[in-house]
Amino acid sequence: MSDAPALLSVTDARLRFGEVTALDGVSLALRAGECLGLVGHNGAGKSTLVNVLNGGLALQGGSLRADGQPVRWDVAAARALGLRCVFQELSLCPNLTVAENARILHRGQFGLIWRAEARRLAKAALDAVFPGHGIDVRAQVASLALAQRQMVEIALAFAEAGPPPRLVILDEPTSSLDASIARQLLSHVRRFVAAGGSVVLISHILSEVLETATRIVVMKDGQVVADRPAAEFTPAGLVAAMGSTAQERRRAERGAAPAAAAPLVVHALPRGLPVRVAAGEVVGLTGLAGHGQTELLRALHDRLAPAWAAGRRPAVAYVAGDRRHDGILPLWSIRRNLTVSALSALTRRGLVDERAERAAAEAWRSRIGIRSPDLGLPILSLSGGNQQKVLFARALLAGAPLVLMDDPMRGVDVGTKQEVYGIIRAEAAAGRAFVWYSSEIEEMELCDRVYVFREGAAAAELAGAQITETAILEASFAGHPAEGAA
Amino acid sequence: MRPTADLIRLAVPFLALGALLAGVFWLQPRAMSYTGLNLLFNLAVPIALATLAQMFVIAVNDLDLSMGAFVSFAACVTATFLHDTPLLGALILFAAVAGYALLGVIIHLRGLPAIVVTLGMSFVWLGLAVMILPAPGGAAPGWLRALMTVRPPLLPMALAASILIALAAHLIMARSSLGVLIRGVGGNERSVARAGWSVLGAKAAAYALAGLFGVLAGMALVGLTTSADANIALRYTLLSIAGVILGGGEFVGGRVSAVGAVVGALTLTLAGSFLSFLRLSPDWQIGAQGAILILVLALRLGLDALERRGVRA
Amino acid sequence: MTLLRKPWIWAWIAAIVVYAATIAATAGASAAGLAQAAFTFAAFSVIVGLGQMFVITLGPGNVDLSIPATMTLAGTVSLKLMDTADAMALPGLAVALGIGAGVGFANYALIKALRIPPIIATLALSFVVQSAAIWTNRGLRIKPPETLAAFSTGNLWGIPNLAIVASLLTLAAWVLLERSAWGRRVTAIGQSLPAARRAGIAVHGVRLSAYVLCATLAGLCGFLLSCFSGGAALNMGAEYLLISIAVVVIGGSSVAGGNSNVPGIWGAALFLFLVVSMLNTYGFGAGPRMILTGLIIIAVILAASLRGPASRGM
Repeated sequence: MSDAPALLSVTDARLRFGEVTALDGVSLALRAGECLGLVGHNGAGKSTLVNVLNGGLALQGGSLRADGQPVRWDVAAARALGLRCVFQELSLCPNLTVAENARILHRGQFGLIWRAEARRLAKAALDAVFPGHGIDVRAQVASLALAQRQMVEIALAFAEAGPPPRLVILDEPTSSLDASIARQLLSHVRRFVAAGGSVVLISHILSEVLETATRIVVMKDGQVVADRPAAEFTPAGLVAAMGSTAQERRRAERGAAPAAAAPLVVHALPRGLPVRVAAGEVVGLTGLAGHGQTELLRALHDRLAPAWAAGRRPAVAYVAGDRRHDGILPLWSIRRNLTVSALSALTRRGLVDERAERAAAEAWRSRIGIRSPDLGLPILSLSGGNQQKVLFARALLAGAPLVLMDDPMRGVDVGTKQEVYGIIRAEAAAGRAFVWYSSEIEEMELCDRVYVFREGAAAAELAGAQITETAILEASFAGHPAEGAA
Repeated sequence: MRPTADLIRLAVPFLALGALLAGVFWLQPRAMSYTGLNLLFNLAVPIALATLAQMFVIAVNDLDLSMGAFVSFAACVTATFLHDTPLLGALILFAAVAGYALLGVIIHLRGLPAIVVTLGMSFVWLGLAVMILPAPGGAAPGWLRALMTVRPPLLPMALAASILIALAAHLIMARSSLGVLIRGVGGNERSVARAGWSVLGAKAAAYALAGLFGVLAGMALVGLTTSADANIALRYTLLSIAGVILGGGEFVGGRVSAVGAVVGALTLTLAGSFLSFLRLSPDWQIGAQGAILILVLALRLGLDALERRGVRA
Repeated sequence: MTLLRKPWIWAWIAAIVVYAATIAATAGASAAGLAQAAFTFAAFSVIVGLGQMFVITLGPGNVDLSIPATMTLAGTVSLKLMDTADAMALPGLAVALGIGAGVGFANYALIKALRIPPIIATLALSFVVQSAAIWTNRGLRIKPPETLAAFSTGNLWGIPNLAIVASLLTLAAWVLLERSAWGRRVTAIGQSLPAARRAGIAVHGVRLSAYVLCATLAGLCGFLLSCFSGGAALNMGAEYLLISIAVVVIGGSSVAGGNSNVPGIWGAALFLFLVVSMLNTYGFGAGPRMILTGLIIIAVILAASLRGPASRGM
């Protein structure tokens, strides 16, 4: 097996987004006849690597070979090689039928009389992966349940059409499938691999990876930290490999959280633990990205921030993580971005008191260290980290007793992070409450209490000294009863 | 086969048409005849064609506010150039279709708001129409007049033609690869592009089809009325949008149905006749159409809520 | 020059150039008269344009297509109420404004309740409003009260009264847009609705008030226009559908929202009127005028998209 050239290989792959290193010298070979399990926590570089492999992102350093040959790699080349990808977000057209989606996905496959053929293809693909699936290929995708849509997407990825599939990348393919369907998929993966195909499997359910993969690669901080046959791993060993080598730190400084205080807010979710926040508390939300943390923050904000008539003093402030989408107001100056949440307090007889506005903005500029010669400059003139500081200052200036933070430290440099951590602790000591979702585990160690999210619900609650990387990883990856769950 | 969501959606416009037809027959039993139906659905064909034209634009998540002006323009060209110098007339109409495709290209390439661009275009088409026919006039080409006044056995012309038109548009939209592509762009532009298709080409094709059906609508209108004027079809803008929505279409997401659009157009045509049978003052005719559109959208909202509950269950 | 970097300057330059070209064609015979006419007629465009500007500022897809119908209904009903009696002038004005505000409320109620694009909501409602106007009007042409007619056609030291009214409204709109917290919020929503929401802005309340303000200004414009032209006509608002959008876009405000300016509206309104009178002077008919107006709009949008990043609209 090892003498045949790898189907697809990357050597010393390097990629940076601004100040963030996404891939830091990754080398990986995908061979025919193996299923590679790819695991790692948020920000480990999994999705970046997948996007490099499928041709969506170009490497800044390192090389990529297909069938042993260096190639110009892009989406078209990947498709020609037989690479198929199932993304976490659904990429079907919801308004088309299953068969019509097959028509769209396999462009060169059909002639003029394509409908019967497309139906046959879609049905055969579904039958092959999910025998007894019960999906009508003439049904519109939007009318299918979420699990069925995911089944269609997976089946079409394995379908024999166009360049035959040789390498299939499955990114969290079982996230909305129930156990028996997931087993069907995993046994199909094994069949496909036994027949000489290659699969990359990314999943937060470690037992799946351990059972299905022939080899497991563990990523952390943009590097491959372990690459061994699956048989050499145990569940505990995998969790340990994902964790940092550094020891538990900084815990001793603070004692148990003031959990006894009356909660400022309680937010019950349909499943799992209710989320409670008391004044002066920093509550962390953690777990793998996309497991319901942002939704919780949005629901809380929608509940507490009036959409029809705002009062003079806001009850809640929000620090967005997706700066471009729901954070900055791109056409405005730094100052206007900073003061927008506090306008009511800065207004006299309906008009903005510009002197008060300047004073407030300047006060926060020096307190949070926004590096700009003039706050009248456009917000887009700032670096990403400084834009994030402006969003922080905006939320704190609003004067709300509760601040919600949606993974605000993404792409922020270490120095800025330390400054902001200090401000958060100081504000919390002064009585403000924070709900802080972060995709970085280390940040959770700055919290008084932490909720670990899994599949849309708070699955575990950790407090004080219980908040450790190991405990969080264990609760995030299912298959291991989390310790300390209340 | 289980009834799909699409079929349920399609049932609503059919039911609405049936209910309205029953109402008309009840108010005016004499309408229940070949001649009566012919009168009731007199202007159905141009409205159905204009609605289909609008449908192609809505399928790619845009909206055409120049449809009425464009149909008027096509009607004016038909009543003048196509009548006097058929070759030149055909050439102008062909250029108009090409212009529509070009519009689609520009809107897509520059990411322009289709609403404002087509609003501007509505003045261009109207201006051209006014230049061609400053006062009502012109004449329908003989063959066109003959075609539109054919009296087929069993079904009146308006209904028979509507069925044929619906079938043709259904073949394009639901059966052909191009139709799937156009709807795919409306549904999920990114994954269509990822599969290697040209989104630009799909949008250009959708706009070209809109132009083609708009031209056909103008020609059919002149065939029925025998003359044209610049303002002849201005209300088709709203009618065509309402028809698509009434027929089960959505403003975004590529969810449109050709058969539904034609049924929607027939319903709106009939609504006019129904209102006059109710002896509703003609002052309220336009208003009633606006109210019907609002009513349909409200119904749709309820239907969507039901559908969502159905999927969740 | 910083002045040349202002987005509104181009509309003013264009207006001045067209003015000069027209004067040149008539050998300067009517320089003052043309300016007076331009300011009078531009006043109507400015009044509806200001309202439309606030709506367009709300972001992609926001536009009020019910302006013409609202103008017609407000003009018709208020003239009927006043019935040429001078004493009824104030109640007439109040009714016109009230009708506008009501239409604005209804517009946003439809947008919100039916979750439909503003363009459809305002268009559908405009047909109902138009019908109401036809029904009220009944083909009768009631004259405006003497004082109002005199006021709307008169002038103060050579400046048309209507231009003065429009200028005062412009000043108020400028303060509202540039200095008030409400204007800040409208602009924030136009840049990014989700970001504005997360910044704590009461987005529904602000959007509602912008639609109400727009329709109220349309009501006022209908009132003034029917007083000015000696009665309400059923098609009196028709041309203001495109003009209200055109003056905003040509005036340098962004079609994609979030970035508007007030002075450009005056420049664009003067420009549009002067283009028409120039074409008249040179002997062009209604057709070319409409074509040119349409093409100017499209060209301006195209130019804006070439200048900045492609503006995403619906």
